[in-house]
Amino acid sequence: MAGFFAQLKQGLAKTRQNFVQKVEELLTGHRKIDEELYEELEEALIRSDAGVNTAMALVGRLRKEVKARKLSEAEELRGVLQELMVELLGEEKPTNLAAEGPTIILVVGVNGVGKTTTIGKLANYYRQEGKKVILAAGDTFRAAAIDQLEVWGQRAQTEVIKQREGADPAAVAFDAIQAARSRQADMVIMDTAGRLHNKVNLMEELRKVKRVIEREIPGAPHEVLLVLDATTGQNALQQAKLFQEVAGVTGIVLTKLDGTAKGGVVLGIQGEVKLSVKWIGVGEGMDDLRPFVPRDFAEALFERSEEVET
Amino acid sequence: MFQGLSEKLQETFKRLRGKGKLTEADVSEAMREVRMALLEADVNYKVVKDFVAKVKERAVGQEVLESLSPGQQVVKIVHEELMALMGGQEAKIEIASKPPTIILLVGLQGAGKTTHAAKLAQMLKKQGKHPLMVACDIYRPAAIKQLQVLGEQIKVPVFAQGDRLPVDIATASLQHAASQGLDVVIMDTAGRLHINEELMGELQAIKDTVHPHEILLVVDAMTGQDAVNVAEAFHNQLGLGGVILTKLDGDTRGGAALSVKAVTGCPIKFAGIGEKIDALEAFHPDRMASRILGMGDVLTLIEKAQQAFDEKKAKEMEQKLRKQEFSLDDFLDQMQQLKKMGPLSSILEMIPGMGKQLKDVQINEKDMSHVEAIIRSMTLDERRKPVLIKDSRKKRIAKGSGTSVQEVGRLLKQFEQMQKMMKQFAGAGGPGKGKKGKKPGFRFPFAR
Ligand SMILES: Nc1nc2c(ncn2[C@@H]2O[C@H](COP(=O)(O)OP(=O)(O)O)[C@@H](O)[C@H]2O)c(=O)[nH]1
Ligand SMILES: [Mg+2]
Repeated sequence: MAGFFAQLKQGLAKTRQNFVQKVEELLTGHRKIDEELYEELEEALIRSDAGVNTAMALVGRLRKEVKARKLSEAEELRGVLQELMVELLGEEKPTNLAAEGPTIILVVGVNGVGKTTTIGKLANYYRQEGKKVILAAGDTFRAAAIDQLEVWGQRAQTEVIKQREGADPAAVAFDAIQAARSRQADMVIMDTAGRLHNKVNLMEELRKVKRVIEREIPGAPHEVLLVLDATTGQNALQQAKLFQEVAGVTGIVLTKLDGTAKGGVVLGIQGEVKLSVKWIGVGEGMDDLRPFVPRDFAEALFERSEEVET
Repeated sequence: MFQGLSEKLQETFKRLRGKGKLTEADVSEAMREVRMALLEADVNYKVVKDFVAKVKERAVGQEVLESLSPGQQVVKIVHEELMALMGGQEAKIEIASKPPTIILLVGLQGAGKTTHAAKLAQMLKKQGKHPLMVACDIYRPAAIKQLQVLGEQIKVPVFAQGDRLPVDIATASLQHAASQGLDVVIMDTAGRLHINEELMGELQAIKDTVHPHEILLVVDAMTGQDAVNVAEAFHNQLGLGGVILTKLDGDTRGGAALSVKAVTGCPIKFAGIGEKIDALEAFHPDRMASRILGMGDVLTLIEKAQQAFDEKKAKEMEQKLRKQEFSLDDFLDQMQQLKKMGPLSSILEMIPGMGKQLKDVQINEKDMSHVEAIIRSMTLDERRKPVLIKDSRKKRIAKGSGTSVQEVGRLLKQFEQMQKMMKQFAGAGGPGKGKKGKKPGFRFPFAR
C-alpha cells in the first residue's frame, strides 16, 4: 500500500504542476482538435468541481459548437468553452433593493462556509455606499457567534441587534426589523446559524424566520443569499436545492476563492436550480468581497492556482 | 438523480449473465460507471484514475463466483480495494509516556477545529484524562470566546492569552498544564489556507517548539476535488498523524475521505456527526467505503446479510412482504436483525431501488430504541392489526413504553406509510422484475 501512496503522491505533485500548463499548451500551441484535447478539458472541469455530468454536458456542447463553427485549431477552443460557461452562469443580476423602507437581506448556509464574515463584508460595502445598515445576530446557537458578529459590527461601524444565546432567531429578526423602522435604516442584514440542509427541524426553523420577515414587511426578504464554500464538492448541489426550497434563495455568495479551489460546482448548480452567483469572497478581510463576474470566473477555472486573481 | 452504482452495474452486466470470466471489455465498461460514481462522490480525479486502473488490473480474467452476477463480482472487487485503501479502524490518540500529551488541530477555515477541540476534550475527559484547551486562533473574531464558552459547557479549562503570538501561547500553555496537573493539551489553531506561507510557517513554528504528539488535520467531509491539495500541503509541512472528518451528519457522499487518505496515508481517526459536543465517533472505514460507493451496494448488503440474517427468516419475510402481511411484529424482528448490521440508514440505502424512496425519510438511530419499546408494549393482536390501536390503547402503550401518545401515533403513521411504500414497491416490481421470469415482482433484498 505504501508503494501505491508514494506513487500517487508523486503523480499528484506532477499533475498539479503540469496539468494547467498542459492545458495552456494544448490550447495555445498549434494543435489540432482531437479526442485527447476534449478529454483534458473535461478533466479540467471535473477538477474544478463542476461535476462529471456538467463537465460532460459542457464538453458535449463544445463539440457541437466546433462542428457548427467548423473550428479546427485547439487555441480557438478555450474562448468557446468560456462562452458556454458564461452562458450557463447567466446574467449578472443586481441586488434587489426595497423600493421603500428597509431592504432585508437574509444570509443562509451550512456550517463554516463564511456567512458571518460575508455579512461583515457586505455591511462594510453598503455602509461605504452611504447606506445605514443594521445587522441581526440570528445565529443564537453556535458558541460566541453573536460576539463574532459584534466584532464585525464594530469594524464596519454598524449597529448589531441581538438577544441572548439560545434565543429564538425569529424573534431576533423581528427585533431587527423594528429597530430598522425606528432608526430609519436602509438595510438589515440577518445572520443565521449554520445548518446542514438535511436537518429537517433546523430547516423548519429557517422557514419560520423567513415567515416572520414576510409578515412584517410585504415583499421582504428582498434577497436571500446562500453562502457556498468554494472548497465544497458536489454536495453544494444539495445545499442549493434544499435551501432554495425552504428559504427561497435568490443568489449565491461563493467564498474562499482565495484558496486553490475553483468553485466549479456553481456551474453544476445552474443545471439544477437557476441561481446566479452575486458575490465572491476572496479573503478574511473586510474588503475581500467582489461582485461576481462570470467571464472572469470562467477564465480563472483554467488558470494556474498561484495566479488566481480577481 | 443518482442511480445506485450497483444498479447501474447490474444494467451494464445484464447481457453478461452466466459468463465464466470477466473480460477486458466487460471490466472497462464497468469501470466507466465506477469512475463516474467515485467522481460524483467527490473523490479526487487523480485518485480515481489510479484506483480504477488498479481495480481493472485485478478484475480482468477473474472467475465470476457462482453465487454472484458479474456486476456484483465487480462491485465486490471495487469494495475490497476501497476497504484496503481506507485502511483499518484507528480511533485512538497516542498518549505520551510522559504527560502532557500534546494535540495540535489544524485545517482550513470553517472545517470545525474549535468545535472538535471541545469534542476531543470531552471524549478524553470521559476516559479519565484531564485536558486543557489552548486558544491559538488569535485572528478570527471571537474564536477565543467560542473556545471559552465550549470549555465552560464541558467543564474543561481553557488557556488563552489574547492575541499574543500563537507560538508563545502554545509554549506558555505547557507550563500552565504542568502547574495544574493537566495531562492532555489540545491546541486550537486558526483556520488557514494551505497556500498561505506565513500562516503555514506559524504552524511549523508551533510544531518545532512544543513537539506535539499528535497533529490532526480537520477536514470538512463535503470538500471537493481540492481536498488532495489541502491534505498534501498540510502533511508535507507538518507531518500529520491523523485526520478528523467533520460534518458527516450531512448527506455528502464524502469522497474527500478517500482523497485525503490516499495522499497522506494517515488514518482518519474520528468523525464529527453533529453540532453537539458528544457528536464525535470513531471513524469506520468500512462504512465510509460503502457510503462513497453510493446507494445500492448490493454486495455489502449480501455479505452483511449472510452474517446476520437467518436465511429461512428472510424467505418468510419475503413471502409476507409479497402478500402484504408485514406486521409490526415483523418490523420489530427486522429491526433487531438490522441492528446487527450497522447503522440503519446505511443499510436501507443499500437495498436496491430503496434509495430513492427513502431519500426523504429521516432515520434517527436514537428513535429506534423508542420504536422498539413502543412495539414491545403492544399486544400481539395490536402488532398484527395496528388499526385496532385507538386513543385509549395509544395511551396505554405510551405509558408502558415510557414514551408519549404522539410518539406512538407517529410510529403508527410511519408504519402505515412504510406499508404503502412497500406495496408500491411490490407492485412496481423491484430490480428483480422480469429478470428471470420465475420470480416476478418484489424480491426481498436479504433473500438470495
Ligand atoms: N480564506 C478565506 N476565508 C474565509 C472567507 N470567508 C470566510 N472565511 C473564514 O471562514 C471561517 C468561517 O467563517 P464564518 O463567517 O464564521 O462562517 P459561518 O459559520 O458560515 O458564519 C472563518 O475563519 C472566516 O475567517 C474567504 O472568502 N476566504
Ligand atoms: Mg456564523
